[in-house]
Order: sequence, then structure tokens, then C-alpha cells
Amino acid sequence: MAGVRTAAAVSAAKLAAALSRRLGLGGGTALPGLVAEAVAPGLAARLAAELGHGCLLVTGTNGKTTTARLVRDIARAAGYLPVTNSAGSNMMRGITAALSEAADSQGRIPLRERRLGVFEVDEATLPEAAAALSPRVIVFTNLFRDQLDRYGEVDSVAALWREALGNLSPAVTVVLNADDPGVAGLAAACHGPIVFFGVADADCALLGKGLEHAADARWCPACGREYAYSAVFYGHVGRWACPGCGRSRPAAQVEAVRVEQPAAGPLGVLATTPVGRLELSLPLIGLYNVYNALAAAAGAVALGVEAAAIQEGVSSFTAAFGRQERFEVRGREVQTILAKNPAGLNQVLRALVADCGGSKPSATSEPGHRNLLFLLNDDIADGRDVSWIWDVDFEMLAGHTGLLLASGRRAVDMALRLKYAGLDPDPVLESNPERALARALSLTPAGGTLYVVPTYTAMLQVRRILARWGHRPQFWEET
Amino acid sequence: MEPGLRLAHLYPKQMNLYGDRGNILCLRRRCAARGIELAVDELEVGEPLDPTVCDLIFMGGAQDREQQRVAADLLAAKGDAVRRAVDAGVVVLAVCGGYQLLGRYYRPAAGEDLPGLGVFDAWTVHPGPAAKRFIGNVVVRWQGATLVGFENHGGRTFLGPAARPLARVIAGYGNNGRDGTEGVAQANAFGTYLHGSLLPKNPRFADHLIALALARKYGRGELAPLDDTLEERAHAEAVRLAVKKPIFV
Repeated sequence: MAGVRTAAAVSAAKLAAALSRRLGLGGGTALPGLVAEAVAPGLAARLAAELGHGCLLVTGTNGKTTTARLVRDIARAAGYLPVTNSAGSNMMRGITAALSEAADSQGRIPLRERRLGVFEVDEATLPEAAAALSPRVIVFTNLFRDQLDRYGEVDSVAALWREALGNLSPAVTVVLNADDPGVAGLAAACHGPIVFFGVADADCALLGKGLEHAADARWCPACGREYAYSAVFYGHVGRWACPGCGRSRPAAQVEAVRVEQPAAGPLGVLATTPVGRLELSLPLIGLYNVYNALAAAAGAVALGVEAAAIQEGVSSFTAAFGRQERFEVRGREVQTILAKNPAGLNQVLRALVADCGGSKPSATSEPGHRNLLFLLNDDIADGRDVSWIWDVDFEMLAGHTGLLLASGRRAVDMALRLKYAGLDPDPVLESNPERALARALSLTPAGGTLYVVPTYTAMLQVRRILARWGHRPQFWEET
Repeated sequence: MEPGLRLAHLYPKQMNLYGDRGNILCLRRRCAARGIELAVDELEVGEPLDPTVCDLIFMGGAQDREQQRVAADLLAAKGDAVRRAVDAGVVVLAVCGGYQLLGRYYRPAAGEDLPGLGVFDAWTVHPGPAAKRFIGNVVVRWQGATLVGFENHGGRTFLGPAARPLARVIAGYGNNGRDGTEGVAQANAFGTYLHGSLLPKNPRFADHLIALALARKYGRGELAPLDDTLEERAHAEAVRLAVKKPIFV
């Protein structure tokens, strides 16, 4: 009778999704999953077993949504019909909702022989998702401090992951960031094949500086010595080695040998892989997105996708909602760039002030006066504690800002952080995001660009407002 | 001669998890605004502390792994120097894990007590993984005013007879969630659970620390007032977030 129950659960989920959209409650990305799990526990596992090509999971502190979206585009280019939780709802309920959405009213997934699941998974949800979904591939992007009030310490996330990896079947391929020692070290907990990805282009290194303040994995867990870096790319990500026990950055099978970062984008990446050389062009800024592209390519290699499909998939990429989007609004360009923790925000700032990873100047660079609007919220999804902004190196913005505004529920905290960075934020603090956006746009010269840098829930608000002004679809209408 | 102060920042690479470096940025800027140069010595594991040259000592919080690594160095290599500095009236601010390490001991949920420096007559007990972690916005009463911050700690800290609480809890948990105390004050040394960062949103407390250090070194600690409109507004909003009804201090 499991089939009847599955069908009932899928129908209930579809109804809940339709209702929640009709009632304007949001994208209907989580409620249907909750309803379906209540009607038929274990639904996600049964539906995932229907996927002809199994599934790939992406987890990590930063880059989950962008990486999963890149894998999805690559999978399409390779002829799969991917099932994704593309709206960023990355707990089990969101994955269950995505699978229910893909199923028919009988609780079966049509065209199952072409189906591949591509799911981003919350860091703390990974053990449950890995057990329920029997993935073929799991991609780990990076591990940084994030929402310490929710996840606890950075080490507890790593311990959860190691335990999950220890319970995996040896048939699962694990994709690891070779340049993040906290992620590369997970290899010791793996029983199956591993694909490492990383950057080899030393021109991307931060010059003349040690680790950023927001670096977390500084010490070798095996012997306690501090890692030595021959190149630091961002945070604690780079070419690391332990002077004590000799552990070092492993050889990467998927490796960027050349990175081009023109100020106006797109990113250019030349990478070597087991399936041949890749020339990737990505309409995003920031070295962290090079890592996202490498993570996605490595995941695709682990799935057995060929080079041509990887290149085609990456080039067809459009940024995930709110991550890095451009809007035309009232004669100005608005770029939204999500940033929700110190490592991520440092990367965004670096991309905004530098032409290329901090080293090579680019001929196409604009004069560096960016019009910036930061929105800081403290909802549960952002982290209730806003202390983290004091770990961000806003000081690097000195001399690079035009307009500088702070908004969001914690606008005053953000303005105070900017003040103590020696910057001079606009004295009008508008916590309401719509009024802040209107003010920022009115102060941005016509034809100019306004960069909007929100935390997660502020991004949802900003996107709703910009969608209304700029006629972009709401995120759940996207394909 | 321009007045100057010297701050020893203990273990900035290891004890740096919760934005506590904002306290250093705040002290430096508020000193600079008064023409006082604040020199900061970053002292890591293995680097000695000279108690005769520093006027202030700061130590932040970290996760357990870093805290254990630091504890050994603190006891063996820097302990005497910190105690001598405190006895000599050097101004100390220790936040969260730093606060715990300067107490008498830390009793984990399982295993033996970890000895602390004993600068504060205080000890910390971790009641086990099933016990609630104290997480949230905090408002405390301090010297007829308020301090605001964010706490995130599993350990419960209790004060002995030689210690005074830094403040009294208005909203939040404080030292142990039971006796209404927050932090510790002994001579010119202060321990607290408040992140936020603490000092930028509590400019009066920041200036109190600077004034104590100046008074000790130069015999006078008057500070010219600064425009703290933004700081006081951030303070007031943090109070509003933590306390739903009006408070009287």
C-alpha cells in the first residue's frame, strides 16, 4: 500500500504548493515538503529511488546555491532532466517538495530514465539527506564560520560531516575543495573515490598579506601546527602545507590553471580535468565563483559528464536568484550580491574594489567608486547575532566608495561598523528596504550602477521589491 | 609628548570567533579621536607578554578546540605575566572564552577540571550537551546605565566572594541564567559574555576602560567627549531588540 500513500502524499504536497502560492505565502518551497512528509514519512527516499541517474548533493558554507545551479545547467546540457530544489530551500522539506513537484499524481516520476537529482543541502542537514537520498556524488564547497548561533561552532559542522561520510557506501564519489584544509581533510573519513578541485593560478593570490581575519582552518588537526601558505586565495583557502606533519594541499584532478577576472565580468577559467581541458566563461564576479564553477565541474566529472557539456552548461548559466543579479531600474543598473558571513562578504568586497584577485590590473576596469547599499537583517535565516560584521574587512573599501548606505533591521549596526572602518556612511539610516532602495537609486547618477549587498532575508525582500519595479519574475516562477 | 597606550591582544588568531576584534577597532579609533596613539601587540602562542609595558590586555572568545590549545600556553607561558599585570592595575577585558580562561577552572560535562589562571574569583561549569546553550540578545544594568550585547555560551559561570559582578541582567542569561549576574569586575580587570562587538555599541564602557588606563599611566583620565549619536542609537536599538517593555535603570 506504500504506492497509494506515496501518491496521496504527492497530491497533498502539490495542493499545498498551489495553495501557498495562491495565498501569496511565498514560493511554496517548504510547506509542501512538510505536508508530504506528514502524510507519508520516508517519501523523499522513495521518490529519490525513482531517479534513473540518482542524485548529487552540494553542501558547504558558501556557494551551495550557485554550485548546484551550475551542476543543473551542466546536467541539462548533458541531456539529463534534473530535479532541483532551485529556490534555495535546502533542508529535507525543501528537497521533499522538489521531488513531489517532479512526481505525477500516482507518485511516480515521469521520464525517470533521464532524471538526475541535483540538491543543495544545508550543512547540518547533510547526514539526514545523505542517508535518505543515497546520492552518487556529494560536493563539499568550503567550511567557514557562519551563523554560530544556529550551527554552533565550526568544528561541530566538520564533525557532523565526518560522521556522515563514515556512513556512506564506498560507491559514493566525494568531491572536495583541495584548497580549503578543513574540507580537504574530510578525505580521511571517506571510503570511496574522491575528486579534488582547486586553483593553481598563483596570480589569484592576495599579495603581501597573511590570512584574512576571517580565516578559520588555521591549524593542522593532526599535529596542531599552524599551516604555512605559499599562496592565500581568500580566507583560509589557498596552497597550504603543515610544517609539522607534512600534510599538504592534495593534487587536484579538476584545477584552474588560469583565471581571468575583468572588473565587469565575465570570469574566465582555464581548467584541467580528467575529461580534458575546459575553457569556462561565467557571467559573475569574484574568485569565490571560480571555486563554485570548479566544484560544479568536478561534480559533473564525478557523474561522468563530458567536457563539451560542462562548458556548454556553464556558459548557459544565469545566476541563482539574488546571488548576483542585474536589474534595470529607473534608468540605473542594480546589481544584487548576496553576502551572509565574513568569508563571503570579504570576497564580495574584494571583487568590488579589485580588478583581479588583488594583483593584475585590468584594462577594462572602471574607476573604483562603487555606489553601495548594505542591508543587514538578523532573522533566524541570517543569524540573530550580527557580531560577524566586525570580522569583515570593510576597511578595504576606503577610497573605493561613492554612495554608501546602510539598511535592514540592523541598519544602525551596519552604519556603526562602516564608521569604525573609517568610512563615511550616508547619515540617513532607512531600515525599511524599499525606502532605502528608493533613496539609493535617487542618489545614484542616471546610467550608473548601484551595488546592493544584502543578507539572506534582506535579499528576499530586495528581490521582491526589484521584481515589482523591474518586472522580473518571482523566483518560484523561474525554470 | 603625545600620550600613548599599549594594548596586548592575546591570541588574536585563535580567540577570534565572534567578532570580538571590533573591541580593538573601537578602542583604537576612540583613542585616536583624542590624539592618543593605541599601539597593539598581537601575542600568539609562544610569544611572551611583558607586564611592564602594556596598559591594556584584551582576549576574545573561541571554540573549544582553540580554547584548549590556548589554555596550555596561557597557564605555562603567560600566566605569571598576566597576574602581575592585573596586580599592577593594567586594564583587562576578557570576553566569553577569554573570561572563562581567566577564572579558577572550567569543569567540562565529562572529564577533569581544566585549570584557569585564577585572575578572577570565578569558575565555569558546563552542564552537559543536553543543557540549553545561552544564546541571544542581552541587556544588563551597569553603573546606572545599560550595556548591550549578544551572548552565545554553554558554560555557566559562578562568582566567588572576591569577585563583583560587572553588571546585573535585565534581559538575557548572563553568567549562569540563575543569579542575575553578568560578567566580573576585579580591580581594573573585567570579564564578560557579551559579544556584539561589545565596545562599539557601549561607548561609555569603552571610554571607561581607556580612562582607567590613562589614569593609571598618566595620573589623569579625563576624555574629551565624542559625537556618539550613532553609537547611542545602536545601543538604544539593541536595548529595544532585547527588552520588549520599557526599562528604568
